[in-house]
Amino acid sequence: MQTETSAPPKFKVGDAVFIDDRASLGHCRTPVFVRGKRGVVADILGAFRNPEQLAYHRPGLPAQVLYVIRFQQKDLWPDYQGPATDELDIDIYASWLKPAETR
Amino acid sequence: MPTPDKRNELRAGTDGRATHDIGGLDFGDIDMSEHDLALWHKRVDAMIVLLNTKKHVFRTDAMRRVIESYGEQQYDATDYYEKWVRALRNLVLEQELISRGELEDKLAEARAVFEADGRAVADGMVPWDDIGARDA
Repeated sequence: MQTETSAPPKFKVGDAVFIDDRASLGHCRTPVFVRGKRGVVADILGAFRNPEQLAYHRPGLPAQVLYVIRFQQKDLWPDYQGPATDELDIDIYASWLKPAETR
Repeated sequence: MPTPDKRNELRAGTDGRATHDIGGLDFGDIDMSEHDLALWHKRVDAMIVLLNTKKHVFRTDAMRRVIESYGEQQYDATDYYEKWVRALRNLVLEQELISRGELEDKLAEARAVFEADGRAVADGMVPWDDIGARDA
């Protein structure tokens, strides 16, 4: 399923990113609970066709790089009761990512 | 090939979340019990493999999009395979492999076979969605 893309990945493992806070229309693989939140690139999975287009029988090109973004659970949930070291990994497409300063 | 319009189906009282986008909401405990697949579940899986993986009639992304369109009440009231078989039906209609009329005829045939055989037919119908052409 991996597809070639002409552009190299914008981010590398370890980069801090924000998930865009924009609204989506129709099928979208970025759940609201991560939008506007800060995480770190944990892995780069390759380039894939855009699911937001594939869902409507459209080609979904150009392919987008798909990243694993790692969040601290305490950054996602205001009343998080678990250990401070708990993390959550989620696959997010490049068009939803913005650079953040590395702490 | 038809390319349907994008739209959002929202969950009430969640400040504009899509129906399925429930990460972080309170839905009670997750049922962790194991259960076997019924025969009709396996048939749904088989049809998905045929139509999606082998025949490329639609992508998995399209199945998800259709499932996200059912509306809150239906979405919450139906289980995994009920959601997926309805998506299969909607997508073969949307992709114009068959018409609604043809499907209604086949369902009536199947019902007659079941009833002649003394087999139970479930009451109620999976709701029709506004999708696909009426006539053959």
